[in-house]
Amino acid sequence: MPITHNSPTAPPALPTDSTVISIKGLDFSYPDRHIALKNISLSIKEGEKIALVGPNGAGKSTLMLHLNGILSGGGDLEVGLLPLNKQNLPVIRSLVGLVFQNPDDQLFSPTVFEDVAFGPLHMGLSEDEVRTRVDEALAQVDMRGFEDRLSHHLSTGQKKRIAIATVLSMYPQILVLDEPSAGLDPRARRGLINLLRDLPLTMLVSTHDLHMAKELFPRMVIMDKGQIVADGETRVLLEDEALLEKHGLEKV
Amino acid sequence: MAHQNIFDQYKAENSVIHRLSPIVKVVLAVLFIFSNALLPDGAWLSFALKWGAILMLSLLAKLEWHYTLKRSVIVLPFALAGISALFSLPGKTLAIWQLGSLELILTDAGLLRFESILLRSWLSVQVAILLVSTTTFPDLIHALEHLRLPKMLVTVIAFLYRYMTVLSDEALRLLRARQSRSALLPEQRGGGNLLWRARTAGNMVGQLFLRSYERSDRIYYAMLSRGYSGHLRTLNPHNINIRDWLLLMLSFLLITFLQFFARL
Repeated sequence: MPITHNSPTAPPALPTDSTVISIKGLDFSYPDRHIALKNISLSIKEGEKIALVGPNGAGKSTLMLHLNGILSGGGDLEVGLLPLNKQNLPVIRSLVGLVFQNPDDQLFSPTVFEDVAFGPLHMGLSEDEVRTRVDEALAQVDMRGFEDRLSHHLSTGQKKRIAIATVLSMYPQILVLDEPSAGLDPRARRGLINLLRDLPLTMLVSTHDLHMAKELFPRMVIMDKGQIVADGETRVLLEDEALLEKHGLEKV
Repeated sequence: MAHQNIFDQYKAENSVIHRLSPIVKVVLAVLFIFSNALLPDGAWLSFALKWGAILMLSLLAKLEWHYTLKRSVIVLPFALAGISALFSLPGKTLAIWQLGSLELILTDAGLLRFESILLRSWLSVQVAILLVSTTTFPDLIHALEHLRLPKMLVTVIAFLYRYMTVLSDEALRLLRARQSRSALLPEQRGGGNLLWRARTAGNMVGQLFLRSYERSDRIYYAMLSRGYSGHLRTLNPHNINIRDWLLLMLSFLLITFLQFFARL
């Protein structure tokens, strides 16, 4: 009894402008009035790989939750020239692939296949297309053959890979990862770094792993107390010891 | 952390029973349980025949003959809920107990009813064990979906299955954290009083609730990020073929026949 779907929708084409995300003057405070983001402005171009660093509580995760409209604060946010509003929300969610820090939150279906198929199914794609995309996404993270495995029987490293596959299957324009290397053993971390290097996607990755940042991300954005305090070449910023120390980071 | 979950009772084998469509298996198990409830009190032969059917199915599923029997024992205490039947039916008096001002009269009809309830629940539990041992849990969830069980209910079961281990791990971590700090000094009476301990336990339950609540928020965000819009969509082509239909019909006839047989 396959469930029938409406006509398959083509993935929304990005406008010719190469800016994937543009944020201007974003403010956000939580319901308890704690100010989480203050006047954030950031522009991400196609193909850029950016590390988002800063101490715990700096607002990195809050900023990421804005990128696909799960939280919405004051200011302007555009994804692929589409302003973030109710009409554009579904398209924006397919353009921004957001992977949460804890894979147990990201993987909520009983089996790996169902989790990776979740996004494509909600985009209304045909059964064949869904199956192709799941297969592709699992191949990209080197987890082919895990389709019928149960999520709660996987190791943390495997869960992280599957978590990334769950958004790759949606053909996002930008991959947004929240602390992907946290909690991984050295081998799993190395595997993840190689995976991220090989993925030909625009990326914004929050991390405390400055070694990984140095290796993978040419651009770095430093956040502290809800503000962007530095935005520039990773190579250059990582040499600025005074800046690093001021914001709780260490030179690598 | 990979570990067993109380839902993971599946025993991988390649048998006729394992290969049967999960939809058919769920329908048959439910039919079986319903017919247990409908069998009259004291239909011993029918109960025995039903147990025979379970044994036969266990062998067909390549399980040991006592597989369901062994596993059903833990559920038996719940059958004690039927204990009130012992004293609540009119009939020939077998014994009288005085419990304070309460007089308990054991009757033969009550005893018969109680024994029948015990047998019915015991048979029902065994068929349920047989079902989950021969069907993977995801397949069971799909079967419920195809049987048009309300979507919300299926979703809740699926989430329960996925998060059972996560929650029990969380509880285990809380307990370990308490144990690690529950130290005693030599020759010093410690441990606090009962009220204080009760408060600690209460706080831990509250913690567990809050953590689960926050987790549910994060899961919901993860679902929204992938386009969730209020109803779950799945791809599960469990087709029922003619063999399945025949089997369903045959079992239905058998079960109906047993009902008549028990009333002869």
